Amino acid sequence: MTDSVQPLIAVLAPMIGAALILMTGNKRPNLREFWTLLASVVQFMAVYGMIPQITQGQTLRFTLVPIGKALALELRVDAFGMIFALLASFLWILVSVYSIGYMRNLKEHAQTRFYFCFAMALSGAAGVALSGNLLTLYMFYEILTISTFPLVAHKETPEALRAGRKYLVYLLTGAGFVLFSIAGTYYLTGSLDFVAGGFVSGRGSGEILRIVFAAFIIGFGTKAAIMPLHEWLPSAMVAPTPVSALLHAVAVVKAGVFCCLRVIFYVYGPKTLNDLNLWIILATVVSFTVIVANLYALTQDNLKRRLAFSTVNNLAVIILGASLITFDSVRGALLHLPFHGFMKITLFMCAGSIYVATKKELISEMDGIGRKMPLTMAAFTVAAAGLVGIPPVCGFLSKWFLSLGALQSGEILFLFVFLVSALLDAAYFFPIIFNAFFKTREGNPGRPVREAPFLVSAPLAVTAFLSVLFFAFPDAMLRFYTMGDLVARSLFGGR
Amino acid sequence: MMLHFPALLVVVPLIMSFLIFACGLFERRICFPLTLVTLAACLLFAGGSFWTVLSTGQPVHYHLGAWAPPWGIEYVVDNLNGLVLVALAIVALLAAIYAKTMVEREIPVAKHAPFYALYVLQATGLFGMTVTGDMFNLYVLLEIASFSAYALIGMGEGAAPFAAFRYMIFGTLGACAYLLGVGYLYIITGSLNMADLQQILTPLYQSQVLSVGFAFLLVGTGVKMAYFPVHTWLPDSYTLAPSSVSVLLAPLFTKVGAYVLIRILFTVFDPSFSTTLLPATQVLGWIAVAGILFSSIMALAQSDLKRMLCYLIVTEIGYIGIGVASGNRLGLIGSIFHILNDMFMMAGLFMAAGVIQAHFRTRKTHELTGLHRKMPVTSAVLVIAGLSVIGVPPACGFFSKWYLLLGTIQAGQWFFMGALLLGSLLNAILFFRIFERSYFEARPDDAPHLGKEPGTTFERAAMSELVPMVLTAAFIILLGLFSGYIVEYSIAYAVPKGM
Repeated sequence: MTDSVQPLIAVLAPMIGAALILMTGNKRPNLREFWTLLASVVQFMAVYGMIPQITQGQTLRFTLVPIGKALALELRVDAFGMIFALLASFLWILVSVYSIGYMRNLKEHAQTRFYFCFAMALSGAAGVALSGNLLTLYMFYEILTISTFPLVAHKETPEALRAGRKYLVYLLTGAGFVLFSIAGTYYLTGSLDFVAGGFVSGRGSGEILRIVFAAFIIGFGTKAAIMPLHEWLPSAMVAPTPVSALLHAVAVVKAGVFCCLRVIFYVYGPKTLNDLNLWIILATVVSFTVIVANLYALTQDNLKRRLAFSTVNNLAVIILGASLITFDSVRGALLHLPFHGFMKITLFMCAGSIYVATKKELISEMDGIGRKMPLTMAAFTVAAAGLVGIPPVCGFLSKWFLSLGALQSGEILFLFVFLVSALLDAAYFFPIIFNAFFKTREGNPGRPVREAPFLVSAPLAVTAFLSVLFFAFPDAMLRFYTMGDLVARSLFGGR
Repeated sequence: MMLHFPALLVVVPLIMSFLIFACGLFERRICFPLTLVTLAACLLFAGGSFWTVLSTGQPVHYHLGAWAPPWGIEYVVDNLNGLVLVALAIVALLAAIYAKTMVEREIPVAKHAPFYALYVLQATGLFGMTVTGDMFNLYVLLEIASFSAYALIGMGEGAAPFAAFRYMIFGTLGACAYLLGVGYLYIITGSLNMADLQQILTPLYQSQVLSVGFAFLLVGTGVKMAYFPVHTWLPDSYTLAPSSVSVLLAPLFTKVGAYVLIRILFTVFDPSFSTTLLPATQVLGWIAVAGILFSSIMALAQSDLKRMLCYLIVTEIGYIGIGVASGNRLGLIGSIFHILNDMFMMAGLFMAAGVIQAHFRTRKTHELTGLHRKMPVTSAVLVIAGLSVIGVPPACGFFSKWYLLLGTIQAGQWFFMGALLLGSLLNAILFFRIFERSYFEARPDDAPHLGKEPGTTFERAAMSELVPMVLTAAFIILLGLFSGYIVEYSIAYAVPKGM
């Protein structure tokens, strides 16, 4: 355990950036956007700089303030937190570029508020990733929730406001459950610090531990959009696309998944879940989500809503992988966490790019669009193929490990869940691609369509490229594979 | 000199209030500076006494006129009230700075001198109630505080005199109950000193006279602290009071009442008496559950911002009651900490409401459209204080709720815990409705009320209003961040031994 200010920089950089954005305001938009970019780069550098120490198996720590005996607001970086922190901070740079292009092209209002809240949300996400205990985690979790609310309601239309309220009611109720669980855990164990393999075993009757676990999953599961608590996510798609892209595919919902995994791995631990037979219950519940979310996705005509249900599906896939608690399923889940982020953000940015270029949101109106916007749809195809699990895109790798893990768990049923899910993925992604490239739109051609501006299309090309790159080199640059491996080893011992 | 601080805390403002009135008759502009100096001195006295307690680890005892305790009046500063005193002094000072422009706006010039005199007298009463170690002296100071409150509220708008009158009826009934309670205790013990009473009462816990006296004390304190269901005087009087007054009364008076309740339950009487022998805390807890739900829902139903905040006070008092009802160390830490936090949260909220009323010319929650554009600082303060009330870390409101929550879990009181969580959720709805109004506009410049009075243009809030508000918001965050130190070095010692 080494003391280091790097985690603090990762959390504070966006917060300071947000303050600067607010002070700069609407009058000097270029300077304001410069702060966003600067903050995102600083944050990423701070996180990236911690990689060497973490891959050597060290833990970095920064104590903010003590709260009580054996309790402090504390940042602590381990390999698991690094995966999420790297994912969020790296994609923030790309999405910053993208959102500047997107917001300016659409001449969106209240851009200062938008960038302010975006930066605060990223601070919250990094905080969630780097928290050393449940109380700190809860603090950043709440900051993330609240700073996202203005982003969901950004358009200020009645629909957007409704979506915002729904979002708040769901997430704050969830937070109530979480708070109960955290207080319960503290009461039972007298500690909230994460320990690989869990720290609650034997600290209470099975009944109580089960109740607390259920409340944890209900609470964090709301953010991870586990059915039937997912309702807020499709509604929140009314937000501007950069928000859907980064927050509702990566930072916010992944924070929910991340927290669920934190509880599974670092509060309860594989052994306790096994002893209490909780893993099979959780796996069954999320399996239901995996399948049903995909069935819902089949019926959606709004592209972003379809992507939202696909997100619900994939989040549940990650939690399913974690709940199987075998060596490979855990590695698969930990790889799917970032890989899904890269692929899904590509898809969302494609949807936004189409919207910027044509103002179209419905899939049924997108026939023949592939020939007008080849770059966008090519990226879309790559990412969609990846989510289905087709090589050579990184989604294949994570699904491969997940499937192996399902076999290791001895419950063959869950292998079928993964396979059926992939099949359904194909069933709702391929028609979009097929129609975009091979069908021509009948009737009035309308105004000529061109590829979206550079700032919008460049980031999505980059993420699509990276999705392929991570297939060939899963350990490239951000070291996701090593990190996942480290976590799995710390949980199950060396293999 | 430092030796006399506990007494000076009451004597100085008492004398000054008469002096302010006298000077004000000749030169009204001198009233405000004198008030400020007085309250700043009080902050010094409170801080000094508390510092002595912290550095020596022993309570400060001060015998008025050098009369030994059971006969003379004793002032005591310990870990419990030292903290409350400092918070009181800070909020009172901030409120006074804030009041300057408000007074000029709201109070007729001829009444400025009496206003400031009463203002300081009010503070005298609050300081006195907190610092005194004598049951009867507490009654006297309670009445000083109450009567100045009646008069101050009566200076408000519209039906304020009637609201003040109603408050007076309720308040006097409460004071009578309290006095009767003190009387019963005096009959069986012959003592009025709190520490002395504690010693004498222990063998008498089976006495019925004692139980009756105890009940009277609780009812009396309950009325003064606006404990549901005897809170009914509060919404009207605090809503109609001038902003300069509500900003002093709303955060402080009920909280000092809560402090007195904790004093009586856990210092004058032994914790074992209050929690188990005569399970008063249980009863208080169940009433608090009802009160939290009732007042949260009532707050949701209000369209007047200030009245909504008034119901919020009743909710917060309910939280303090829950901590007391848990009857354990953690719950009590939560209650005491919540007393502090709530002073700052309510001060922030009432300050914001007052500024909005004065400059945005409305108090209706549905007319706040576009508030953040006109008054960015005020809306930001509203957001910080609101989030603290909801219980979002790192604002202080979260940390007191955290201890309250742990307390209920330790006590195994699931309904109390549910009320805490549900109350936070209802508060969230309450505040996000306002945030939504103030930050999201249906249409730009859609603020019809601003054009209501022809010729009036929007004037910016004065610095003397903004600075105290921002400082209060800063305190809300700082109290949260440093909650660990506050609890460890002070509140932990305030909880009676054996809990």
